[in-house]
Amino acid sequence: MTVSKMTLKTEGDRFVVVTRRFAATPEQVYRAHTEPALIQKWLLGPDGWTMPVCICEARPGGRIRYEWANPDQGGFHLTGEFVALEPFRRIVHVERMFLPDPTPDNHVETRFEPDGSGTVMTMRMTLPDEQTRAMMLASGMEHGMEASYARLEGMI
Amino acid sequence: MIQGADANLDAAFLALADPTRRAILARLTQGEATVMQLAEPFEMTQPAISRHLKVLEGAGLIVRRAEGTRRHCRLSDTGLASVDRWLELLRSALSRNYDRLDGLLDAMNSGKEKE
Repeated sequence: MTVSKMTLKTEGDRFVVVTRRFAATPEQVYRAHTEPALIQKWLLGPDGWTMPVCICEARPGGRIRYEWANPDQGGFHLTGEFVALEPFRRIVHVERMFLPDPTPDNHVETRFEPDGSGTVMTMRMTLPDEQTRAMMLASGMEHGMEASYARLEGMI
Repeated sequence: MIQGADANLDAAFLALADPTRRAILARLTQGEATVMQLAEPFEMTQPAISRHLKVLEGAGLIVRRAEGTRRHCRLSDTGLASVDRWLELLRSALSRNYDRLDGLLDAMNSGKEKE
């Protein structure tokens, strides 16, 4: 199994670029990003979350809907649409989270390039505005940081 | 510097561990508001709301300013909405996802994906 070597950097003040290498073919990594049964196994965020609903119509104009659930925290969801797909090479889509109000559209381009026997994935996304960052952070803390709460509560 | 950032983040977690304070923060993402406007949706006295505001201010999440007898609140530029903090959250969520994806791809390579 590969060691995690993700890079994440901002591009100007409008974009974020993430790169990550996987020990699998571009076809496999692309499928893991477009087939619901595979997406449901990894696109889960912090431990303890599941994705009971995963709609991913991998064709231009196709719908995306991911619903996450956690027994202790309730849930939230994301919707989106595919803009362009080049099988095993490139995905362009738009998505927004509902927290519960919709965040502004996040435009995402994901590329998969062969790298030896593996794949380098490059994902370029929109950097959310200040209000959206605040909401996502508050929500992320609420959703994913139970352990931190428990730790902090123990300190009070 | 890293330690200072951690202490700040801890204070932010504490500030957010309360539903009223999260609701106040959600309201402030819409823009600046007076203490009275913030108190409106809650069955709480203004002093009670002010105590919550003090916690949020202490965590560096909001900034308060007085204008005559009115007190205004807004999100802090360096607080919750800061780019660095958001990137850190994104990094931790993506790292967890991609580590999980490594395991899935490994299983696909071993031909066990349809187990």
